[in-house]
Amino acid sequence: MPDVQPLVSEFVLKLKRRKVEGSHAVARQTAELLRSVVSQHRMGSTNQAAALADAVRGVGEQLIAANPIELAVGNIVRRVLHIIKEEDISSTAVGIEGLSVTAESDDEYDSGNDDHPTLSAAVLAAHARNALRAPSLQTLLEDIPVSTALSRSASSAGDSDGKSGDKSSKSRKLKHDVIAAIGDLIDEIDTCYDQISEQAVEHIHQNEVILTLGRSRTVKEFLYAAKEKKRSFRVFVAEGAPRYKGHVLAKELVEKGVQTTVITDSAVFAMISRVNMVIVGAHAIMANGGVIAPVGMNMVALAAQRHAVPFVVVAGSHKLCPLYPHNPEVLLNELKSPSDLLDFGEFSSCMNFSTQDGTPLLNVVNPTFDYVPPKLVSLFITDTGGHSPSYMYRLIAEYYSADDLVVRRKSTSS
Amino acid sequence: MSKKSRGGGGGAAAGEDPEDLSRSPLQAVLLADSFTLKFRPITLERPKVLLPLVNVPMIEYTLSWLESAGVEECFVFCCAHAQQVKEHLGKAGWTGKPAAREMTVTAVESHDAISAGDALRVMYGRGVIHGDFVLISGDTISNMNLKDALQEHKDRRKKDPLAVMTMVIKHSKPSILTNQTRLGNDEIVMAIDPETKELLYYEDRADVSNLYVTIDKDILASNPTLQLRNNMEDCYIDICSPEVLSLFTDNFDYQHLRRHFVKGLLVDDIMGYKIYTHEIRSSYAARIDNFRSYDTVSKDIIQRWTYPMVPDVLSFGDRQEIKLHRQGIYKASDVTLSHCAQIGANSVVGNGTSVGENCKVSNSVIGQGCNIGKNVLIHGSYIWDNVTIEDGCKVSNSLVCDGVHLGAGAIVEPGCILSFKVEVGKNVVVPAYSKVALLPQPSNEDSDEELEYADTNSGVTDSPPFSSMRSADHPTVSDDDDLEASETGTCGVVGYVWENVDAGIQEEWRQSIAPIPKDKLEELQHAASFDDDDDGSEDDFKNRPTVLDQDDDSDVSAVEDDDYSKFEKEVEETFQRALDGIHQDNLILEINALRLSYSLQHADCAGALFHSVMRSALVAAQSTNGNLLKTTAEALGKWKDLLRNYTKSVDEEMEILLKFEEMCQENTKEFSPLFSKILPYLYDKEVVSEDAILRWAEEKENADESDKVFVKQSEAFIQWLKEAEEEDEEEE
Repeated sequence: MPDVQPLVSEFVLKLKRRKVEGSHAVARQTAELLRSVVSQHRMGSTNQAAALADAVRGVGEQLIAANPIELAVGNIVRRVLHIIKEEDISSTAVGIEGLSVTAESDDEYDSGNDDHPTLSAAVLAAHARNALRAPSLQTLLEDIPVSTALSRSASSAGDSDGKSGDKSSKSRKLKHDVIAAIGDLIDEIDTCYDQISEQAVEHIHQNEVILTLGRSRTVKEFLYAAKEKKRSFRVFVAEGAPRYKGHVLAKELVEKGVQTTVITDSAVFAMISRVNMVIVGAHAIMANGGVIAPVGMNMVALAAQRHAVPFVVVAGSHKLCPLYPHNPEVLLNELKSPSDLLDFGEFSSCMNFSTQDGTPLLNVVNPTFDYVPPKLVSLFITDTGGHSPSYMYRLIAEYYSADDLVVRRKSTSS
Repeated sequence: MSKKSRGGGGGAAAGEDPEDLSRSPLQAVLLADSFTLKFRPITLERPKVLLPLVNVPMIEYTLSWLESAGVEECFVFCCAHAQQVKEHLGKAGWTGKPAAREMTVTAVESHDAISAGDALRVMYGRGVIHGDFVLISGDTISNMNLKDALQEHKDRRKKDPLAVMTMVIKHSKPSILTNQTRLGNDEIVMAIDPETKELLYYEDRADVSNLYVTIDKDILASNPTLQLRNNMEDCYIDICSPEVLSLFTDNFDYQHLRRHFVKGLLVDDIMGYKIYTHEIRSSYAARIDNFRSYDTVSKDIIQRWTYPMVPDVLSFGDRQEIKLHRQGIYKASDVTLSHCAQIGANSVVGNGTSVGENCKVSNSVIGQGCNIGKNVLIHGSYIWDNVTIEDGCKVSNSLVCDGVHLGAGAIVEPGCILSFKVEVGKNVVVPAYSKVALLPQPSNEDSDEELEYADTNSGVTDSPPFSSMRSADHPTVSDDDDLEASETGTCGVVGYVWENVDAGIQEEWRQSIAPIPKDKLEELQHAASFDDDDDGSEDDFKNRPTVLDQDDDSDVSAVEDDDYSKFEKEVEETFQRALDGIHQDNLILEINALRLSYSLQHADCAGALFHSVMRSALVAAQSTNGNLLKTTAEALGKWKDLLRNYTKSVDEEMEILLKFEEMCQENTKEFSPLFSKILPYLYDKEVVSEDAILRWAEEKENADESDKVFVKQSEAFIQWLKEAEEEDEEEE
């Protein structure tokens, strides 16, 4: 643990200083950091999974506190906790079912090659979970002592076998499995663009008019993929004030030969009647199907609803957040520097507090995000396919354990 | 130091490999002491850089910015309260665990530095600065990206090794009414070459009352285009080359960064060093120099201009997270707020603080662990940690330090400073602009902790002031009587009320936290409209200097005379210090340096020095003639070696005589009756030789009658000299 502390605090500082931004970069780096946390973790003899989870939780807590707005950090921490739990269950299951699988998978991870699809840890874990407990509401509501008890029973089973060598190999195996699974997670984050854009042709039809706001890499790849499949379509890009990322997107689209029109954000309502579909990116998707997205998105969504235009959100599964939004406009938002909007020098006379009443007369609000309520979203396209907002809770149940929603370090003695 | 060593320093730097410069890690020198007294009395107990700014010590903002700007090595120069600064650095995790941070922080301690110049000389002595470095003081808040400025600086250095410094400036208009920037400073006038961004002229205390700037005609002559700007704010962030340190060491009279160093470089064209500017547009930078800027910058931080240095992002220590709510209200998570307390816009409430019923807080910052009773009104104020405010108090536009206790019903009027642990009794009214501290106001001699520089009141801004200019001898008044005079029957205040020493120079309302009172504004408005009638609009102002300089052209000799009188003044000041006990050798060095910087002759030195000696004698002598003669004789006896040092040739001796004559005729007539008595003295002490005297007499023979007064007066002596000479010849 002490070995990773510098890495952790470096990343914490980066998050705090807002040096890493954007959910993709944040998610990837978090996953990589947690992988090294796991690999540096010294496995004890008992209660390994719980101790490992606790270490991850400890780091996770710091990371989430460093920038609570980057929800992807929390998502990845929860995904890793979930992975640890699954691997623990699967190894227990394997221990019960027989040793053949264990030996095979050991070989696999020692050689460092984890491409074998049939024996991937996640599949195995899913199997094991299905074998042990049917997924039910009860499972979702159960809390951690179950898994602790399980791992305890597993380790006691090992003790009863009386083979210390077996035990160490088992602990190594758990660690290896977890590391490999985190590696899969990183792959998944990396490939989410491809997976999403594969579905592009199903959604974008010939001669359609697409509207988007600002710039999202996911949207860009999605449109590229459609273009590559010889679809011809037109794109309206709302510039996305005050950061004007839309200008960048317009340039990129034109380079690929897409018919592009740049409009101001305020022209969205005027243009929406000519649009067939709105495709936008997101910062995070909340558990209720609501979306945290760059500022201005709510207006676009309302315009789309008014004109019954489908409002499609494309986002990788790392953006899927198991939390429910509470007062998202304020609490899940970040106000940036007013200098994006105003030139300080020109307005400095308005901020001369000595000649005013001591009360600032000029206030500038520059929020980063908008909250789009689920009823305005027609479809989510993630790497696992298209889903409606009401289905989000189900996806979340698949990716996260219910007892990890609050990432807080529990004392190891429990 | 002499010209030679200065030249050597410049040459060595020029010879350095530019590759070498770019490879060395980026360093920063952070001055954790402002060397001013503007934050007294608070700074008696805590260094300025540790004062909380929106609940985070100022130095944290500076260090965080330096770290995020990519500085790899930072030297924190501590002087006053060095121990506290070092403790803070350790506690905040800057020093100690190097692995956890991207920037290594080293504390440099020195107790005898009394100015920024001294600090830099100490840094030079340490020999730790190897390449370009960022020079900043610990009270500067910024979020600018250094990369561009650094690159510009380096590129310029490659082309021109004499470009030693890049100054960061920022567009910001001073108020037309008060001629004062938002930060409470006087407006700055800079002349900048629009092409190269070279700084040509810098004046931070321009005479704004009559919109008048004087610029050396050479600047106009040598630069075809130049922009004269008064809408720029100096951010006090400088990117310096290592030569800057050696320049400070060579010119040991440089104290103040701007007033001496920058102006010195701009005026002194012998070495040809140049200063450039870098204008930042979208990012923020400001320095907290006085209480007004403390207020302004706090508000800028709350309004998020300094993002990401804002309360909900920049956390310090193990504090609870602070959340931003609507309307710019920042609240820590464990604040206890009564249901009917109103926290208004742009306010910060720190953790562990409780606010009672019917309180109204607006535009204020409240620190940690404060206890605020019922029906309290807090407006535009800064309440630091662990302050207790009882029911019914009113605090407006004031600063209340740690541990202050306000009794029920106390009223703190605008502009007050209540220093640490001051107690204010029930129903006491603390009058506006008062400063109250538990410690008595130090009188003149014990102000060695932090010294104020260069607040010499008038005109001559170039002269280096060497003693602290506190106006002295305010008796420390225990406040009890003072307040009881105005308050009836209450228990008053525990603490001393400080007199405002700067009152003569800076009117209080200019630099306090309180907004400028209405009547003052009206006054200014009136004055401004009057001015407008007088000389038209603002644009006129920009054109004006050009016109002025044309006037100057016609009167070249006046400028030179002016130069000489300045030089004379400086020599006199230097000499004054010699009287206080500085060694003669140093004195000679200093005078030589002055001579070089004014590019004058050796003879001028002799004249000026003689002038100083005589002045000192005059000052020493009280009134009577006999006394004057005696003191003059003593002074000449004492300084004859020094004078002889400059009287190497007959020309220089002549100069002394002419000077003496001039003095007698013009400004110090006291000497005129004594001329003939002092002349033999000069001869006696071998300050002037007989050759010189005779030649002087010869030259004067053809002059006007009026000029011959002194020759006639000393005719007897000259006659004697001539005879003595003849005798000598005869003997041979």
